[in-house]
Amino acid sequence: MRLRRSIILVAVLAASAAITLSAGAERLVLSISRHQVMVTSSFTGTQIVLFGTIEPDRPGARLRNSYDLVATVVGPRQTAVTRRKERVVGIWANVASRTFVNVPTYLAIMSNRPFEEIAETDLLRRQQVGLDYFVLTQQVGSDLADTVRDDPFRMNFIRLKKEHSLYAETTNGVTFLTPTVFRAEIPVPAEAPFGNYDVEVKVFSERALLVRNTTAFEIVKAGFEQFVANAARDYSFLYGLFAAAMAIATGWFASVVFRRD
Amino acid sequence: MQVYLPIADLPVNIFVVLAMGLAVGFISGMFGIGGGFLMTPLLIFLGVSPAVAVASVASHVAASSMSGAVTYWRRNAVDLALALMLLAGGILGTAVGVWLFTVLRSLDQLDLTIGLSYVVLLTVVGGLMVTESVRAILREQQGKPASPRRGGAHTWVHGLPLKMRFKRSKIYVSAIPIWGIGFIIGFVGAIMGIGGGFLLVPMLIYFLRVPTATVIGTSMVLTLITMASATVMHAATNHLVDVVLALILMVGGVIGAQFGARAGQNMRGERLRLLLGLLVLAVGLRFAFEIIVQPADIYTIRLIGDGA
Repeated sequence: MRLRRSIILVAVLAASAAITLSAGAERLVLSISRHQVMVTSSFTGTQIVLFGTIEPDRPGARLRNSYDLVATVVGPRQTAVTRRKERVVGIWANVASRTFVNVPTYLAIMSNRPFEEIAETDLLRRQQVGLDYFVLTQQVGSDLADTVRDDPFRMNFIRLKKEHSLYAETTNGVTFLTPTVFRAEIPVPAEAPFGNYDVEVKVFSERALLVRNTTAFEIVKAGFEQFVANAARDYSFLYGLFAAAMAIATGWFASVVFRRD
Repeated sequence: MQVYLPIADLPVNIFVVLAMGLAVGFISGMFGIGGGFLMTPLLIFLGVSPAVAVASVASHVAASSMSGAVTYWRRNAVDLALALMLLAGGILGTAVGVWLFTVLRSLDQLDLTIGLSYVVLLTVVGGLMVTESVRAILREQQGKPASPRRGGAHTWVHGLPLKMRFKRSKIYVSAIPIWGIGFIIGFVGAIMGIGGGFLLVPMLIYFLRVPTATVIGTSMVLTLITMASATVMHAATNHLVDVVLALILMVGGVIGAQFGARAGQNMRGERLRLLLGLLVLAVGLRFAFEIIVQPADIYTIRLIGDGA
């Protein structure tokens, strides 16, 4: 009797444990194809592949039927000025400008289906899902704030960034290989700035955020390019002397090689 | 073959840049000018930012004037005293130009200023050169003497004080207009990324009556020194000189200049001046078109450094 009672007790406990497990205890495992991109003299852009699986955080726990995924890649942040030209006495001059403070130089947002099918607007805004909801801080007078989505400066800033392939939004950029294994390609254009890139992946299901995880990669100038860029910045006077000396040497060399008299 | 320009932060095709260097070098050798006023717009067209283009072309012009200057030096066609006097004004003009360049850049009006300077300077100078050479060609066809210049004629320039004698050029003039011309050349060179040879040569001839024997050699020595110092100043203050870009341009430029010089020797002076005038005018009008016609995109973005 006593033994049978304890068996029932264990079974009940186990069953209740299984129920709590299935109610949202996923784990997100991420892997990235490269953690460092070297920009050499022949660099014309590349792609970084992001892999991941959604796993139960304890063995045997059940998973949901379907998940939605949003990956956000944020490049190094810089302050940028957006200017608008207007015709002033017949010529086109910069008249108005807006400063975007500490905004990503590179921003890619990818998902497996349109954002509005993944979650409600309110949640999308809080989680900054999509270029429309990503916070781009602007200097408005003495305040720092983001403006409304259809502000002309904000819209044109994003448009120009998109034209240079530096901002991107793809709602079919994430592919589910199985219901829990996914893959996404992060485009790295030739113009991608150097520095650290943070990758944040958010898993949604049934219009709610379940779990998130992050990884990162960096883009670095390789050997010679790095050396030249550093020299120009850190030893600017010597660098200038070198450039001038190079010009004089090249010119002198030419006059010797092509001497006709 | 793609090459990544480390300062311009831009991948370019090395053969395109080399071909541009050759083409501009050919023209510069043909007319005895540095060719900066052609090279800077070409680089801007290629996608290099105007600021980097201006700064890098300075070193390219230094290289092509060096190769010319050495040749003229061997022929004793350089008036070093005159070049040094021009230089005194030139260095000051370059320093003021680089300073103004930095200020305009921070005021967001650099690109427009570069564009406007090109329009005004090139259309005026180009227009003058075209009318002058067309008149000379017409006179020649009517059988009149080619040059109506009165030898030894004095203008108001010769009434100024601080007179100096320049033995090699056989002139006796005031130092003030020499400093003034040097200042103007240094100034426009720093702002516009041009050596100013196409301005300096006519100024020396018309204002100072420098003889043709020494004018080009002297102008090349001055251009060499102002552009070499502009390179150093641009590098030190704005970090904008791209040595990879400059080297490709130089190599193309000095080779092209040799062929251009040979082509130029087979042409008559007036025809050569007419061609150069038309070229200068065309580049000026191209810039005018750019700032008068509505741009394709009225919005632009510029990064202003790491946000802190």
